[in-house]
Amino acid sequence: MTLLANLKFSFKNLRANKKRSFLTILGIVIGVAAVIIIMAVGAGAQSLIFNQISAQGSNLIGILPGYSDENGPPASVMGVVVTTLKEDDAEALRQIKEITAVASYSRGVDTAQWQNQKIDATFVGTVPDYTIVEDVKIASGSFFDESENKAMARVAVLGYQAAEDLFGRQDPIGEIIKIKGVNFRVIGVVEKRGVVAFQNQDELIFIPLQTVQKLLLGVNYVSMIRAKVINDAEVPDAVAQIRQILRERHDISRPEEEDFSARASAQALDAMKQITDALTFFLAGIAAISLIVGGIGIMNIMLVAVNERTREIGLRKAVGATEKNIQQQFLVDAIVVTLSGGLIGIVLGFIVSALVAIVANYLGYDWDFVITIPSIILGASISCLVGIVFGWYPARQASRLEPVEALRHE
Amino acid sequence: MTEKNPLIELKDICKEFVTDEVVTKVLHHLNCSIYKGEFVAIMGPSGSGKSTLMHILSFLDRPSCGQYFFEGEDTSDFDDNRLAALRNKKIGFVFQSFNLLPRTTVLDNVILPLEYNGAKDKKAAALKALQGVGLEHRLDHFSNQLSGGEKQRVAIARALVNEPEVIFADEPTGNLDSKSGQQVMEILRDLNDQGKTIILVTHEQYTAAVAKRIIKVRDGEIFSDEEVKERVNVKDGLIK
Repeated sequence: MTLLANLKFSFKNLRANKKRSFLTILGIVIGVAAVIIIMAVGAGAQSLIFNQISAQGSNLIGILPGYSDENGPPASVMGVVVTTLKEDDAEALRQIKEITAVASYSRGVDTAQWQNQKIDATFVGTVPDYTIVEDVKIASGSFFDESENKAMARVAVLGYQAAEDLFGRQDPIGEIIKIKGVNFRVIGVVEKRGVVAFQNQDELIFIPLQTVQKLLLGVNYVSMIRAKVINDAEVPDAVAQIRQILRERHDISRPEEEDFSARASAQALDAMKQITDALTFFLAGIAAISLIVGGIGIMNIMLVAVNERTREIGLRKAVGATEKNIQQQFLVDAIVVTLSGGLIGIVLGFIVSALVAIVANYLGYDWDFVITIPSIILGASISCLVGIVFGWYPARQASRLEPVEALRHE
Repeated sequence: MTEKNPLIELKDICKEFVTDEVVTKVLHHLNCSIYKGEFVAIMGPSGSGKSTLMHILSFLDRPSCGQYFFEGEDTSDFDDNRLAALRNKKIGFVFQSFNLLPRTTVLDNVILPLEYNGAKDKKAAALKALQGVGLEHRLDHFSNQLSGGEKQRVAIARALVNEPEVIFADEPTGNLDSKSGQQVMEILRDLNDQGKTIILVTHEQYTAAVAKRIIKVRDGEIFSDEEVKERVNVKDGLIK
């Protein structure tokens, strides 16, 4: 028989045995789709984490109080209060020519109140350059300026969510809110920003740094300084200069005695990448297990199908089929079944992964729809290989029986 | 008849089955010749070895020892390809349980043997064979939609489609009611009248009586081999 005749024959066979064909194809569809979906959902989750970090921009340098090395973050991240960074340090960094803007932060949590409406809010004491460093746009009113900061003005700029929670649909500009018993006049609302670095930026309330340090917290240190560099390429140079300047200011001669840590956010991205790479390995492991399970399913169905067809093999031999004819036919059959199952599986995997991405985006997560070519190749090739081997090998064994033995098979 | 060369000649044929190291001898050194145009009925009680003999004669099984000459050629050392060609071109087999491909049309069932020899006009050949058994109006029916008698006639058409030398029929009426069985026997007899060699296995005396020669097998040996003196008409023979 020619290949074409074999193909025609296979399609006839598939149609003649709809239930068996359906089960076989289903096994392969599930195997292929499972791998594609798992890999796509994994990649989507990875992108979610990654986007959170990279939304801050890769040209930011974060300076935290307390020493840190390559192995971990400084103690201040763990909640230990370290008081070695001052606003003057931030001021000094402005002289570095690669740096366009520097913002220092001093934050606290307390109740904010307007009339009878109360919310738990995080207030951030910062400087006007904050809007440049963090790329913030103002929805209405304005951010405070340098004179207001110097004068310890009692003004506040609300995050989008904080404004909505406190004022509902009313215009908050000019209204007075109370934090820690101090009255603040609302002068602006920030545009919606969403979640960045796992902090909902829209719940924050911004107050001039001086006001927060002196009136609300009674401290003279800052919890963090961020510097924005013009060019990504100048980040390492800027980091070196920052360390140099801060060491001089803090009378430190040796790098390992530094009482601060300066890191580019790109470095944080690298650290994050290690975490997400581990996630990828984990997902690849799950995908491998689902491939094995799917493969065993395909194997079983193929074995049953061939077993069921042993009498047919006997009959075909009785009317003149050679061993080679039988083997060819079953090989073509297995290829047709596995390929159609594989194609349907790829399409199904695509659709489900896309649905997951759509739902996640609808729920507000920054989720990328990622289908990788390796996942398609891996899923399809292993499923098809298993299907072909276990469709063809037992048929080859059966083709070697004398016709009468195959015909007697129950 | 004896002047001609036999179509089939068995020399010292035996067959053993080995199950769990226990050897069962089914056929003991059989010798027998069958000539072109004969209508032979092989009879015997169950377990006598008549089916095994039939399977060896029709190349569905191989003998354990002895020589099988078909058209003068020793087939004992034929490989798979040559045996397949013999099964395809020289013989047609009719099974007791029909063995049609399920959920496949009558036409495709009859074409099946032609798929393995690169025949040119398959459909025409299949149509001709189906006309021979009076089923040309059933071409597109699925095999499982047919009655038992119709199934067996499709099986006969399949056996005929390559215009073989010999038709083997293993209890062809065993699964049929008497009317359908009668039709099948009529077809076989007509084929024999047209010159085809027919070899039939049966345990029914009245079915065997349609044949021209009866070989009786008992305990793996040929017990008797005689011409039928009073050949019955199919109709008379099958009245139960």
